[in-house]
Amino acid sequence: MIVVICVLIMIICLLPMVNLLARSLSSNEYLIRHEVYLWPKGFNTSAYTTVFKDPKYLRSFGWTAFLTFVCTFLSLLMSTLCAYPLIFSQLKGRKIFNVIITITMFFNAGTIPNYLLMQNLKLLDNPLVLIVPGCLSVYNMIILRSFFYGIPDSLREAAEIDGASYWTILWNVYIPLSKPVLATLALFYAVGRWNGYSDALMFMKKEQFYPLQLLIYNILQNVNQIEVTTQEGFSTPGLQESIRAAVVMFSTVPILCIYPFLQKYFIQCVTIGAVKE
Amino acid sequence: MARARKQEVQKEKKPLTKEELWIYVKRYWQLYLLLLAPMLYFLIFKYSPMYYVLIAFKKYSIVQSVAEMPWAKNHGFEYFLKAFKNKDFINALRNTIFLNLLDIIVGFPVPIIFALLLNELRLKFFKKTVQTVAYMPHFLSWVIIYGLALQVFSPNTGLINMVIEKLGGETIHFLDDPNNWVKTYIGLGIWQSFGWNSIIYLAAISGISPELYEAASVDGANRFQKMWHITLPGIRPTIVVLLILALGNVLGSGFDRPYVLQNNLVMKNAEVISTFVYKYGIKGLQFSLTTAVGLFQSIANVFFLLLANWFSRKMGERGIM
Repeated sequence: MIVVICVLIMIICLLPMVNLLARSLSSNEYLIRHEVYLWPKGFNTSAYTTVFKDPKYLRSFGWTAFLTFVCTFLSLLMSTLCAYPLIFSQLKGRKIFNVIITITMFFNAGTIPNYLLMQNLKLLDNPLVLIVPGCLSVYNMIILRSFFYGIPDSLREAAEIDGASYWTILWNVYIPLSKPVLATLALFYAVGRWNGYSDALMFMKKEQFYPLQLLIYNILQNVNQIEVTTQEGFSTPGLQESIRAAVVMFSTVPILCIYPFLQKYFIQCVTIGAVKE
Repeated sequence: MARARKQEVQKEKKPLTKEELWIYVKRYWQLYLLLLAPMLYFLIFKYSPMYYVLIAFKKYSIVQSVAEMPWAKNHGFEYFLKAFKNKDFINALRNTIFLNLLDIIVGFPVPIIFALLLNELRLKFFKKTVQTVAYMPHFLSWVIIYGLALQVFSPNTGLINMVIEKLGGETIHFLDDPNNWVKTYIGLGIWQSFGWNSIIYLAAISGISPELYEAASVDGANRFQKMWHITLPGIRPTIVVLLILALGNVLGSGFDRPYVLQNNLVMKNAEVISTFVYKYGIKGLQFSLTTAVGLFQSIANVFFLLLANWFSRKMGERGIM
């Protein structure tokens, strides 16, 4: 009984993806005749080749991949820099720092003050606006800090007695021991950037810097279109359908390939985050 | 040992002499250096926008600095009054509360039930597979989910309506009809988050002592009785904390989910505060009004969080603070 329910749940989770995949690989005539359910009919990959030929989509894909790498690296660095000093109980002002950080979790100024800040910092329409403002998540930092707390003090003290600097201790003791957590946080940050679009919607008007999700949203809303070069010179509605499916499908593949391998670790991280709330 | 620690604490509390301070700085300056970048980040991107909140009480002008702008009428509260006279805002406020409450009532129990189900699975491999599949939607962006929803729910070509058509039923407009839209919105929210949210409950369940279950078995309790009398009470603190956070956020609204899912046909049920602020503020350039709305929302959020926390304390639970 329980097994049956769980299988049903799995089907509900996977069904839309399977349907989408089938559509993206089907030919137009079957799509127009409403005959594609969960298995592609008239199998062909023309939707994907069309998408790949579209310079706008490719550029956005590459730009988003680049953004994701830079943001993930920067965010991990910032989280580590923030979390590490705060585990030293001797550090004066630690309480103040913690309060400063906690307040930002419960109170934020709001959309418009943020917008005006970006304006004054000359970050509007600047590619940096997609990198810098989101480069530290308090929630992720707290997860990392909790993990650092779990590392025995004796390791640190031994290194301190040997005369290691705090930077060396961080680099040689804490980072190697925290690899699983750092990998998970990297996943969280990377997913956040890869999936993010609202910051671009608000702060970025230049189309060449649109992250992938915003471009896809515009494609779904028919604001942008993938350029279709058919022999007749016009696109059929069916082709547009399968192209949309291909666009959506293709942009999710990178994440779906990574997350199952990190499952063991992110469960641990979510749990740490919840306990330390 | 304890005494030694106490002495240490007392020593720390004494004000430092110049010399001691120098030793202290010499020893710990590296740590402060590491903290410099994160603290600058918080200062610039989290605290300095709070200054612009003043715009809520002033008449915004693009050529003046915040300090130079004249105060708004009604002792500065002109724009708050205006907001509450604005039909669109009242609609957004109502929808925000309504959708969030529905999310809690319908959506909150789902991950708990799912975690309880998973806990009953004995086959390790199967359990892991179910988990992996259930976590998948969490990693999809709302744009992608919207794309999926368009494909599956579309009136003519969508999978579900194709099946309904085959069975001789009538086409359902999932995304274009205001009432159906609410159901779709809630349903997609649950679909996206139930698996992920179950992680915390699963962790809480794994923390329950196995001895309790063994004792119950000896007493002849069946599966359901064990679930009801051991597992559920065991995860009650977790449930309470998450419920407080959810209730505290009853006036909050994410931007991604409502914004991508809404369309012009369903605005009367779909406009929420965050999308209202985007449209009136960033697109409509009514900065004072929307800053006032944002400030109202932030303060209300803190208020509701404290209220929920206070209430749970009253009920004898631990609370979050």
